[in-house]
Amino acid sequence: MPRVDAKTVEHVARLARLSLSAEERELFARQLEDILAWAESLQALDVSEVPPMAHPLAPEWREDSPREALPRDRVLEAAPDAAEGLFRVPRVIGG
Amino acid sequence: MSALFEASAAEIRRRVAGREVSCEEVVRAHLERIAAVEAKVGAFLLTAPERALARARSLDRALATGMAAPPLAGVPVAIKDVLHVDGLPTTCGSRILESYRPLFTATAVARLEANGAVVLGKTNMDEFAMGSSTEHSAYQPTRNPWDPGRVPGGSSGGSAAAVAARLAPIALGSDTGGSIRQPAALCGVVGLKPTYGRVSRYGLVAFASSLDQVGPFTRTVEDTALVASVVCGHDPSDATSATAPVPRFEEAVRQPVDGLKVGVPRRFLEKGVEAGTMARFEAALGALTASGALLTDVELPSLPHAVATYYLVATAEASSNLARYDGVRYGLRAGDPADLLSLYGDTRDRGFGPEVKRRIILGTFALSAGYYDAYYLRAQRVRTLIRRDFERAFAGCDAVATPTTPTPAFRFGEKTADPLQMYLEDIFTVPANLAGLPGLSVPCGLVDGLPVGLQLLGRPFEEATLLRLGAAYQRASGHHLLQPSLSLTATSPRDSGSAAARSPCRCS
Repeated sequence: MPRVDAKTVEHVARLARLSLSAEERELFARQLEDILAWAESLQALDVSEVPPMAHPLAPEWREDSPREALPRDRVLEAAPDAAEGLFRVPRVIGG
Repeated sequence: MSALFEASAAEIRRRVAGREVSCEEVVRAHLERIAAVEAKVGAFLLTAPERALARARSLDRALATGMAAPPLAGVPVAIKDVLHVDGLPTTCGSRILESYRPLFTATAVARLEANGAVVLGKTNMDEFAMGSSTEHSAYQPTRNPWDPGRVPGGSSGGSAAAVAARLAPIALGSDTGGSIRQPAALCGVVGLKPTYGRVSRYGLVAFASSLDQVGPFTRTVEDTALVASVVCGHDPSDATSATAPVPRFEEAVRQPVDGLKVGVPRRFLEKGVEAGTMARFEAALGALTASGALLTDVELPSLPHAVATYYLVATAEASSNLARYDGVRYGLRAGDPADLLSLYGDTRDRGFGPEVKRRIILGTFALSAGYYDAYYLRAQRVRTLIRRDFERAFAGCDAVATPTTPTPAFRFGEKTADPLQMYLEDIFTVPANLAGLPGLSVPCGLVDGLPVGLQLLGRPFEEATLLRLGAAYQRASGHHLLQPSLSLTATSPRDSGSAAARSPCRCS
């Protein structure tokens, strides 16, 4: 079973786009290790011949045809920052 | 005749259809009940009295001009704050959606409203439905109406407590790993998690998309059937919504249960069930056999792995689903970050509570390079084993019975320090979500004054069998007629300095 430390949590938090405090990283490392240790029972099962189950049902796709979308002005009203019919974000490209 | 706020949905509909009462009178009776006792319970994050009264009056006008009474005419309903209702905020119990207002109504809610039900408000829940006690709500605690020092269960704790405290005859919740059945059991009401795909997830805030299912809380199984007939059915807006025909559940509940076989996984129940809860479960099995059902032993050998499997699959899906809370399109945006990465990180750090962060970390870990095969993929394979266990069991029985929970309601703070203890609370409920099966929890008596539940699991799309058994059990037992005294003394369930305790009920 993998050793989970604050560094592991920091890496995973970066993947998840989560800023964590040092205390949170320590706490989650300890708790994640506890949870994984307890989930270790799964590693003992022979499931090499068992197919994975992602979903209980096969989805029933509808025709991919244009439908009325949500009204743009109402959607933008819900945004934290919008201008000229667009979502505004901080500068993305360096400069 | 009982007070209006004590009436079942079926009785309300009967009295409205017979013009004995108006929808407005029914709604007013419930709003008065809420005004009288809600402060002791904390079931609602938001009540919408003006909206409810306007809807009731509009129904009354339609009825006066000759409209036939719809199946839920004038029936008040409480909606878990994970489902969108156009015109009301959806917080999902989270700060990240504190000021969010949805642009449409969830299909399940729209079906209730189209059939005469009147929305009273939005109920409290664990943040993003992650929890088994409603203690992870960012806004307030909800107290168990049977004991103010104890949790109502979760994550749909507000909906369960609202129905138990007679604030609403019916409520909607969502169940990803037991979030309807567990609080129903701990609050002494009926809770149904339909088969995966039975009820549309359109307008339900996603937690784990292959496990989430919407379902009702009621006080009688007859009412469960009434609500299920309305909310179940195909919805083109949800690609995972099933096209299976929906039977008339109201007729199923009247059928006898003679000869129905109920499987009991004795070996699985040998350990970990508190003695009083086990005694109530055995008594419930006795009542079922007295009603004509037959008992048989079943083996479900993979079930001891269900909780671990669930917490890997559910958190992996959650980490993906919750990526959408990025501070760009809706919801909270933190501060004035210099670049896009800090905008994401700061927003999510401030907007999410500790349990949500913990699960995002666990789920992201299980999906990350180097660990995907050993954790996420392996859990998906064990998920297949669990489903196969049930397929084998259902070859020899019509339903599987277990206690809904290992113990009655626990105290505030008892399980928050150790997440694993909280997760183990779900041992009997997560298997149904992993396998996609329907599950019903019916009150089966009190242990030291606290309710516990009998859980019945069925074959996919055979909710009718569960409702038949549940209704027969209620005719035989009468446990559902027990009421919490609500002599709730307002002891603070947690540190009164917490953010949750400071947040008052918002009213629109």
